[in-house]
Amino acid sequence: MSAERPDSGAGSGGEPGRADVVVCPGGPLLLRGDHLVEDAEGQVHRTRRPVSAVCRCGKSSVQPWCDGTHKVLPPKLRP
Amino acid sequence: MLTPKARGALSAALFETMRSSDPRVVDVEPESADDAAIALWALFELHYRGFDDVEDGMEWHPALLTVRHRLAGDLERRLRERWAPYAVEGRTAAEIGSELFAYIEGHDGPSLARAVQSSADADQVLDLLRWRSVYHLKEADPTAWVVPRLGARAKAALMELQFDEYGNGDPERLHHRLWERGMEAVGLRADYGAYVDEAPLEALEQNNAMSLFGLSRALRGAALGHLAAFEATSSLPSRRMAQGLERLGMAPELVAYYTEHVEADAVHEQLAARDICGVLAQEEPALGPDVFFGAFTCLDLEDRFATHVLGLWEAAA
Repeated sequence: MSAERPDSGAGSGGEPGRADVVVCPGGPLLLRGDHLVEDAEGQVHRTRRPVSAVCRCGKSSVQPWCDGTHKVLPPKLRP
Repeated sequence: MLTPKARGALSAALFETMRSSDPRVVDVEPESADDAAIALWALFELHYRGFDDVEDGMEWHPALLTVRHRLAGDLERRLRERWAPYAVEGRTAAEIGSELFAYIEGHDGPSLARAVQSSADADQVLDLLRWRSVYHLKEADPTAWVVPRLGARAKAALMELQFDEYGNGDPERLHHRLWERGMEAVGLRADYGAYVDEAPLEALEQNNAMSLFGLSRALRGAALGHLAAFEATSSLPSRRMAQGLERLGMAPELVAYYTEHVEADAVHEQLAARDICGVLAQEEPALGPDVFFGAFTCLDLEDRFATHVLGLWEAAA
């Protein structure tokens, strides 16, 4: 066992490993792992699941998390 | 759970032979779609938790598998006839994921969640919960069959999603456990399969399609497409369900089941469309159309269930 995280940086074949932070086109930002997320009002929220979706459209009713609202926005207003 | 009530000559003969120690091939034509659906539901159930009045060893009995093979084939043919074949344009996982989201968003159908949010009464909602419970008490289980049939990337992504469905290791956070608590809190039965005898044909077909896809390696693309459509049509309707339950003053445990799905499924839909279905269809392009077949089937069966239930509610109004 190596102390180094197997998914960090470049893999053995030179391929990038799995990302911890993923921008979903037109949708949220996915966060893998434990994070503290500060919302627009300065309130800090701790992630509660292995993968969390952070709202990028600004319209979610469960800020700072995504609730799928981006899908009812016109395409131009999606992130 | 005991074997359910028969709904015709086929299911009556089948359940009788299932309960015996020496089952025979039942060669009886289904009397109705209900008869065929409850028979197939019970045959699939042998692979989940089984029945107290059927020996566990019957799961793989050839006589029962013969009947299951026929009924499952009929169901698959019927589901495929309802679908307009679709040619996948995307090549990369990201392209296919976006295409799948667009396909799902382009589908329009009646919404039970809207009716619950604004107008359904408490008795109507309790009926709906009873019928939905057939699936919610085994939530995520049909998709678990798919795991060993995938390559590393899609497999790891599916397990990431399933782990969350199964409470991330905490039995009290398991989604079907959250459902049980919600049912108990509103005075309904939470035991496994409690309301299958009340479930309408459309609810049985939803359950049978998930088991068919999950249990058939050849249909793994459809199983995962179904998963993506299910997750991608969950967050916003779950919010409406939660608002409707609050409007009716229903127990917070039940509301909590739906609010959990608002957030969880906003994550799951991204994983399902991009990392699971997108990767699967990129790595095995021959399965691409079936991903969309599975997604369509999920949406179409929900339309049929919603149309049936809304029809009952309108007739009572």
